[in-house]
Amino acid sequence: MTAAAQTAASTIAQLGEDFFQERDDSGCVAENGTFCFDWAVDNFDRYVTPLLQHLVLVLVSVVIGFAIAFGLALLSHRRRWLVPPITGATGVLYTVPSIAFFFLLLPITGRGFDTAIIALTAYTLQIIYRNIVAGLANVPESTKDSGRGMGMTDRQLLWRVELPLAVPEIIAGLRIATVSTVALATLAVFAGAGGLGEEIYADLTFKTNVVIAGGLAVLMAIAFDVLLIIAQRLVVPWRTVRPV
Amino acid sequence: MSSLVLASILDSFSGAIDFIFSQREATTGGVEVGGLGQVWELTKEHIKLSALALGAGIAIALPVGLVLGHRGRGELLAVAIGNAGRAIPELALIAFIVAFVGVGLLNVTIALMVLAVPPILTNTFVAVRQVDRNAVEAARGMGMTEAEVIAKVELPLAAPTIMTGVRTAAINVIATAAIAPLAGVVTLGDLILSRNVYGDEGVLAGAILVATLAIVVELGLAAIQRAVTPRGLKLQRAAAAA
Repeated sequence: MTAAAQTAASTIAQLGEDFFQERDDSGCVAENGTFCFDWAVDNFDRYVTPLLQHLVLVLVSVVIGFAIAFGLALLSHRRRWLVPPITGATGVLYTVPSIAFFFLLLPITGRGFDTAIIALTAYTLQIIYRNIVAGLANVPESTKDSGRGMGMTDRQLLWRVELPLAVPEIIAGLRIATVSTVALATLAVFAGAGGLGEEIYADLTFKTNVVIAGGLAVLMAIAFDVLLIIAQRLVVPWRTVRPV
Repeated sequence: MSSLVLASILDSFSGAIDFIFSQREATTGGVEVGGLGQVWELTKEHIKLSALALGAGIAIALPVGLVLGHRGRGELLAVAIGNAGRAIPELALIAFIVAFVGVGLLNVTIALMVLAVPPILTNTFVAVRQVDRNAVEAARGMGMTEAEVIAKVELPLAAPTIMTGVRTAAINVIATAAIAPLAGVVTLGDLILSRNVYGDEGVLAGAILVATLAIVVELGLAAIQRAVTPRGLKLQRAAAAA
């Protein structure tokens, strides 16, 4: 790279860090047009890191949320009396607004990624748990009896009959949890965990910025939804369900 | 966890409680902040915004859901709106209002209404479709008009599921109302978002208040849900569970 090119590159990098300076440079940006295409092309790289952060926030929250909810569902499967208290407890976690949750955790876990993950994970539990329980409950008694008649133990019945038949409901729950978490993770900026919300919050009044960062969040939600629908069609092509 | 850490956590929370009950000078100096007076003003504004948005959402989604469900039309639309609603990023929605529409109570109410409509519409549609068709046929046989069938048979039997949608909508609306101060509506979220004015204790107080408000409203709506569930449905479910 020549010295001149190096200078140019560093200038662009500097501009990328400062909206307001940049907004004086071109007419569209100065007038805050509906969508400044040139600015978007020049500055798209600034959204890459937040996009990846956002993706990690969603994946980690949903994976941990699924692991916990799955454990709780198995725990309450043969102990039906546990279902109401678990539904109630996860319901409270679901009800507490994420933004309040972030700041309630602040004195305990501080600002950052962990705090955002805890609050976002807590939000997913209720949705995933309820759908796994509904899926297991929908397995016909006659099917279970067939399994028992073939000599299956309770454990074999659970893993080879009940859980496979509950997959549509489980994936339906994952779809809701994932799409909602993508949307909610825009608030992770308030926990100091970055993500697309950080870019939105950086300049709420700049239309192009709001369209790009908000648009990326919506696209990510759609992408996850489509992937999970495809997964469901592949795993259980014979059945579709409505989530609860 | 060491006792020192625990002490500092308790200290933060007692400071936040103190903020709710007694006034102190703002971190920026000059004005008094905190205390029950200000907390009540912010709570009222939070409730007002949420109630307006939820009310408008119900006013739109309930009749549309009832009619679509009654006719069995527009299933794709009702389900698609429900899915799309979940994908709306809360912060982007408020930013959209700020950047494109303009700040103020009316605009923010409309934005939150957009969040409230999808869960209510989808749940109403699904609830009406799930009403026993024999009950509807029996009502027609008794000479009820289509409007009477909706009002006297389908709506009561669908009420519990509709209320589930209302509860989901209320949670989303109250949560998003917490970032409404970004768009010029000063709710409880102001305590959370303006740390430079209220200090750490004010921020934590805001979080406690928003969480409490959400839980209280949720409990209230759950009680309403039980109250509007027809006695026949409760008996039927009890029999099915037994």
